[in-house]
Amino acid sequence: MVAQQQDSGAAYLRIEGVSKRFGDNRVVRDVSLTIARKEIFALLGSSGCGKSTLLRMLAGLETPSAGRIVLDGEDLATVQPHHRPTNMMFQSYALFPHLTVEDNVAFGLRQERPKLARDAIAARVGKMLDLVQMQRYARRKPHELSGGQQQRVALARSLAKEPKLLLLDEPLAALDKKIRQETQLELVHLIERVGVTCIMVTHDQEEAMTMADRIGVMSDGVLLQVGTPGEIYEHPNCRFTAEFIGETNMFHGRLGPQGVACADFPAPIAVSPLADHADGSEVSVSVRPERVLLSREAPGALEGGLNSAAGEVVDIAYLGSYSVYHVRLSGGRTVTASVPSARWGDAAPPTWGDAVWVSWKAPAGVVLSR
Amino acid sequence: MSRGTRSLGARSWLVLVFAFLYIPILCLVVFSFTSGEITTQFDGFSLRWYQALLDDGEIQSAVWLSLRIGALAATSAVVVGTAAAFVLTRFRPYFGSSFFAGMSTAPMVMPEVVTGLSLVLLFTHPALSFLGGRGALAIWAAHTTLCAAYAAVLVQSRLREVDRSLEEAALDLGCPPFKVFFIITVPVIAPALVSAWLLTFTLSMDDFVLAAMLSDPGSTTLPVLIFARLHHGLKPEINALATIIVVVVSIAVLTANHIMLSSQNARLRAKQLAAAAD
Amino acid sequence: MSRRRPFLLRGRFWVGMLPWTWLLLFFLLPFVLIVNVSLSTPDLAIPPYIAPLHQAEDGSGVELVPDLSSFQRLGDEIAALGEDGAEPLYLRAYGNSLLLATLTTVCCLLIGYPFAYHIARARESIRNVLLMMVMLPFWTSFLLRVYAWMGLLDSSEVGLINQLLIGLGIIDTPLPLLYNTGAVLTGMIYSYLPFMVLPLYANLVKLDQRLLEAASDLGARPLTTFLSVTLPLSRNGIIAGAMMVFIPAVGEFVIPDLLGGGDVQMIGRNIWDDFGPNQDWPMAATVAVVMVLLLIAPIIVFNRSSRSEAGEQP
Repeated sequence: MVAQQQDSGAAYLRIEGVSKRFGDNRVVRDVSLTIARKEIFALLGSSGCGKSTLLRMLAGLETPSAGRIVLDGEDLATVQPHHRPTNMMFQSYALFPHLTVEDNVAFGLRQERPKLARDAIAARVGKMLDLVQMQRYARRKPHELSGGQQQRVALARSLAKEPKLLLLDEPLAALDKKIRQETQLELVHLIERVGVTCIMVTHDQEEAMTMADRIGVMSDGVLLQVGTPGEIYEHPNCRFTAEFIGETNMFHGRLGPQGVACADFPAPIAVSPLADHADGSEVSVSVRPERVLLSREAPGALEGGLNSAAGEVVDIAYLGSYSVYHVRLSGGRTVTASVPSARWGDAAPPTWGDAVWVSWKAPAGVVLSR
Repeated sequence: MSRGTRSLGARSWLVLVFAFLYIPILCLVVFSFTSGEITTQFDGFSLRWYQALLDDGEIQSAVWLSLRIGALAATSAVVVGTAAAFVLTRFRPYFGSSFFAGMSTAPMVMPEVVTGLSLVLLFTHPALSFLGGRGALAIWAAHTTLCAAYAAVLVQSRLREVDRSLEEAALDLGCPPFKVFFIITVPVIAPALVSAWLLTFTLSMDDFVLAAMLSDPGSTTLPVLIFARLHHGLKPEINALATIIVVVVSIAVLTANHIMLSSQNARLRAKQLAAAAD
Repeated sequence: MSRRRPFLLRGRFWVGMLPWTWLLLFFLLPFVLIVNVSLSTPDLAIPPYIAPLHQAEDGSGVELVPDLSSFQRLGDEIAALGEDGAEPLYLRAYGNSLLLATLTTVCCLLIGYPFAYHIARARESIRNVLLMMVMLPFWTSFLLRVYAWMGLLDSSEVGLINQLLIGLGIIDTPLPLLYNTGAVLTGMIYSYLPFMVLPLYANLVKLDQRLLEAASDLGARPLTTFLSVTLPLSRNGIIAGAMMVFIPAVGEFVIPDLLGGGDVQMIGRNIWDDFGPNQDWPMAATVAVVMVLLLIAPIIVFNRSSRSEAGEQP
């Protein structure tokens, strides 16, 4: 994960109450967000959640129905896309098929007015191609490149004009899974080296968590939560985020003095003391599988409260360094636990049909009210 | 399941229909080499009708006029048709847009006598005499109208395939919209523009009804002349002309197809090479 | 930085104006003129009609006098339909045209559908060659291809088909093949077949083979698969092809003129004759107006199908 490196100071990009409707369809609803200089920010959400529309509004390819976008002190509302100090890398890369690699990279520079000197452009293009290690392919046409190479050219092209804001639309979605993982960190290092502020859009949580300093989770046009990858994973503020990011066991019930009373768990679920939830309110408790302990014997009581229940192993997914156990409790509810393979030492791990206990400490449960 | 063409029934159906399509043309070609005067009797091989064609000034000037009108009409039709296709694919719905969509393809199916008559009325209208009345210019305008519909349909289907983000990327990189059209869109759809030009050129070369209704004595296109000759006695000279047209068109179509296929193959090979290198 | 420029200065506006203006001037305005002339009085002048809106003879300015006599003639023909000795010249021509156009469309569909289907199912390398072979006649002169049929069908002993049949000893005296409805129908099917095959092919080639495999995997017989999967999915292609044939065929002039002799009356010829030899432009315009009215429904159907084929509607 990349360390946070926000400049202390005023927000570099301010999105204020931006909405977009297409007819009756409200695609983006009242999104407000501030982004610091040189930050890498990821908008994460499933397809159709409005994240791409938000990105396109930053590029000027869509006009907001309401709200303001202020970049480095300049209100972008009336600025046409071809005059904006932003550049975008498109999901399809959108490399011009009739131009060579170097002409593609030079394209933006040639549009500058007043005109740039020919050798200034050439020097800049050379530097960009060096940066993405594509010098050797300068004279090729885009269709003569592999997917990974095309991605690098697209990146070089969108960086060539030194934009104030770099927009990445699903930057790695078009690549094979294996290349994608290699490319993630490479891309982050490149962006950091250039020192450009960057907003990316992705539906891949792993990609967002690997690459971004902060993540904004979007659903149905609403920006639900903004935070570092750690914050979002460990402290989701709503059911959607908890379920969208990673796996979780979600229990629904009513908050009482002993904890959260759920129909599908034998005892009220003990949780950390809460400040902002009133007794009797409907809440959910999210427990990450890796927080769930698995044992053959009933676990003893622990300070701070321990939730435990007996059950039977119904499914095991062996994934090498750890296994995911599906344990059916007596009430019929299934709880998943991911257990490091080393947990069992020399003893034989539980197998299908074995009676086991699941348990977790009270602080592991995150109480969610929406 | 390409069983389709392997079964006997399928094959014989293809052969039969192709025979239906080609036997008349074959007959035209064969009897162009007759030495007799009758267009359906082979009285021995000769090239005399080709010689007759060479000596026929009337046909030659008609061919020349048709070529000029065809080239001009194809060019203007591609310009108008491309603009129409652009409006149809890239403009948001506006007042009258579906009316425009209907109107832009209507000339394609509208019976030519109707289009022809309506254009005659336009060009002969006393208040519109500045259009110059009937003649080559009127034929050019009529052909442009008809051909632009075909060009619009062809270019439109290509424009729909083009990745919209190419145009957006150019815009994003600082290129003004009008320039985007000329330096990105046009080069990308160039093959469609070329094939639209070729199709509309042959359409114009081939059109009889519009040309006949709009021609004046000084502007006899090739089809108008052929039609007149068909009514005033047939000679194998027409067969010779048909043979030349068939040969020219075949060579043109084969060449165009060859170029298209080989560029497709080159593209495919390059792609495979790049994938292998990765 | 720049605000949105006024529309007169924007390229988009002018790109839109070009085809709009062209179509208004050379397609819509001419139609208005047809309606105008259909309400005019024939006259020995250039142009040979007096428009409804004209200078009054007494010089008292302009007067508006629509002349409905051309429409009246069509109305009279309808009124006289039941009577003996009625000679409904135009009605017969309309009927003939619609009938021949329908027959042409049906025959083109029956010949063209299996033809296009088998081409679309051929291996890709062969497919391109076959498609080119369909296109080729379409690119060569239409008039000359009709002329070829004049030679083939010629009713004398030098007609090619007659020569063949006599040579084979099947007949002794030449058959009257040319200058009748059959000849016109043959010529029309021949000329319009590519217009049916191309849209059908374009549609059928996109048909996902896996759908057919799924259908047969689920136990459907080939005929059932065809009727319940292939045929419904190619509906747009059928409609587009049928309209591409039917609409122009209704107004066809050249084929009946060259292959039909004097017997086969079709509406395209009536317009041509009234426009040319008869110099009755108001009548020609009236007949055209009525034809367009008859064709409006098919033209709308065509536009719909071609637009949904182009993927405009989901």
